[in-house]
Amino acid sequence: MTVSIKVRYFASLKELLGRAEDTLEFDQALSIADVWVKTTGSKVMPNNTLAALNMEYVALDCVIADGDEVAFFPPVTGGQYD
Amino acid sequence: MIKIVPEEFDPFAEVQAYQKKQQALSGKYGATNIFVGTMRDFNEGELVKGMTLEHYPGMTEKQLDAVVQEARQQWALLDALVIHRVGDVFPDDVLVLVAVWSVHRGDAFDASRFIMEALKSKVPFWKKEILADDESRWVAKNTEGYL
Repeated sequence: MTVSIKVRYFASLKELLGRAEDTLEFDQALSIADVWVKTTGSKVMPNNTLAALNMEYVALDCVIADGDEVAFFPPVTGGQYD
Repeated sequence: MIKIVPEEFDPFAEVQAYQKKQQALSGKYGATNIFVGTMRDFNEGELVKGMTLEHYPGMTEKQLDAVVQEARQQWALLDALVIHRVGDVFPDDVLVLVAVWSVHRGDAFDASRFIMEALKSKVPFWKKEILADDESRWVAKNTEGYL
């Protein structure tokens, strides 16, 4: 069964990727880290990138489900990006 | 109450209007602590002529609400009002208001400080500064809240 999620990017990460969001369809269990690889291809995730699942902070190994909203963004102002 | 606003606001008028509406506060509060954060025209040794405040609609409110709830669990607050500006801002614009009401001053002082510091580290807001030469840069460093 194919399921679909929305992936959003904010601030400097949005500029780095050149877009604010993606829709990702998949048919196997994916972690947040897998989502990054599938949507950004070969882009290395900047250090200190934060991830959210349905608007709550989560670790990169968290597994997603159909209809979820995933977001990636830099530390909130003014947390330090390395 | 929490508000994210895209336009200029008068923090003192907001506090007065809110306080007047909260009938439950009447006769009960002995302390009101008001913190107002305002945009400077300098940062990291450079002149700054404007700034864009980006946020994550939905998550920003959710995390801000969680910060206020955490404060209410730690201190005996009667009420709290937090207003944060988003969008394009300029020097002297008010960026944030944190107002808390309590019976005694200790809770008001401490909870207000906690809310501001937690907001800075947990709530999704990002600042992009426009410098005097029209170059822009993302703010990557918080000023120290405590010395």
